[in-house]
Amino acid sequence: MSDVQAMAPGLHMSGSAYIGQVMIFEDLTLQIAPGGWHCLLGASGVGKSTVLRLFAGLNEGVEFDGTLLASDGLPFINRVTFMAQNDLLLPWLSARENVLLGARLRGQLINHLEADTVLEQVGLADHRLKNPSQLSGGQRQRVALARTLIEERPIVLLDEPFSALDAKTRSQMQELAVDLLKDKTVLLVTHDPAEAARLGQAISIMSASNLENFAPPNGIIPRGLCDPEALSTQGRLLGILRGIE
Amino acid sequence: MERSGGQAFASEGDQVRTVSFFLGSLIFGICIWQAAVTLTGVPRFILPSPALVVETLWKSRALISEHAVITFGEVLSGLTMGTVLGAVSAIGLSASRNVRDLLKPILVFSQAVPVFALAPLLTLWFGYGIWSKIVMALLIIYFPVTSAFLDALMRTPPGWLDLAKVMGGSSYRILWHIRIPAALPGLASGVRLAAVYAPIGAIIGEWVGASKGLGYLMLLANGRAKTDLMFAALIVLAIFTIVLHFVVDRLAHKYLDRSD
Repeated sequence: MSDVQAMAPGLHMSGSAYIGQVMIFEDLTLQIAPGGWHCLLGASGVGKSTVLRLFAGLNEGVEFDGTLLASDGLPFINRVTFMAQNDLLLPWLSARENVLLGARLRGQLINHLEADTVLEQVGLADHRLKNPSQLSGGQRQRVALARTLIEERPIVLLDEPFSALDAKTRSQMQELAVDLLKDKTVLLVTHDPAEAARLGQAISIMSASNLENFAPPNGIIPRGLCDPEALSTQGRLLGILRGIE
Repeated sequence: MERSGGQAFASEGDQVRTVSFFLGSLIFGICIWQAAVTLTGVPRFILPSPALVVETLWKSRALISEHAVITFGEVLSGLTMGTVLGAVSAIGLSASRNVRDLLKPILVFSQAVPVFALAPLLTLWFGYGIWSKIVMALLIIYFPVTSAFLDALMRTPPGWLDLAKVMGGSSYRILWHIRIPAALPGLASGVRLAAVYAPIGAIIGEWVGASKGLGYLMLLANGRAKTDLMFAALIVLAIFTIVLHFVVDRLAHKYLDRSD
């Protein structure tokens, strides 16, 4: 596993995207360093999710004119995994079976032990046989995180995965995710300046017209809830978002 | 807690209310029927009294059961085969856009043909035995089952499909592990409709040409002015249809529906 993680590549995107005649973004250049958390911050509807979907290979209906590269030059296929705001758990499967979905879809051997190990890592060892309807929103998102972990892919794309959670659960999930996604290249799309200030080792602010890099606070992530530098960064990021409006 | 307890009590009360009103309306209907017969003095071969129908039902129970078993068998066979065939067709249609575009016009056109009009043809092709009735029941339920299931198969939540694609799933496995299970509630709605339609198909088939079955018995009784026997057969058929609907509804709820 550490071999895979050591190889987590950086990401590069430059180009323009359209849906039909409508431009989503133009001449955007995004450089993501290997093995760290890069936060892509922006208001709703500026195309953050489109950036993430292009990296995930989910470009149906989107026309992209430009280049998408991994720093090691290898293709993205089977090296990417993603988590969305919706946990996307299948309601008819137990937590454990949901974690094993990828293996089933690829026709691989099913290893319950491995699924139980990742469920234990996210603190759900006792809930592995429960269906999603028996779990809380936070627990469901933990199952989704376990499902992401078991895929063992070096590139992790997060599309506002914590935004539907309450403040307490969100902060706990942020800490858990940072801990478990160590050494992977993580692109976190978010509209929350607090989240970007807490988790970003690099921060880019996306607006309809351009993409600006913003110096992240010092200190290791996840930054403390009362970290003065992170709080001040949060304030400045919010100011920029409001200025964009 | 108090609130949910109150709701549970209310829903139990609702059930009692539903059952009481059902029984009430049944008794009310029977009273009107009996009153109409008594007040108008209409001859028994035009409209037999409820009491006479019940008496005939009891006296002719052997005869009615003999024919009822045939009809029930036709309905259940037609329902099972039509559901299986409809489900398989829906899966086949969902798997390929070309197949869908090729076959959908045929499916729609086939619905423009009144299935009842095919009954004589089916008797010609499949004979006077049970097969022409089974095929009739099958034809009548095939479209609702196929269309309800296909519709559900084509509406898999896109997030699940995105996830499956990123995970590297093959389209066959995505169909089997995600699209089909996600569409089972759609199949359930189709099967519920089918349970009500299937008896209609079997009876039409029996009217057109048969030597056994409740539909045949009703025609026979009608020809001999045994209206009481006709009503008795009709009641058995109605009760069977209601029970079938109820059982299928329960089974569909247990195995196909799901609450998120």
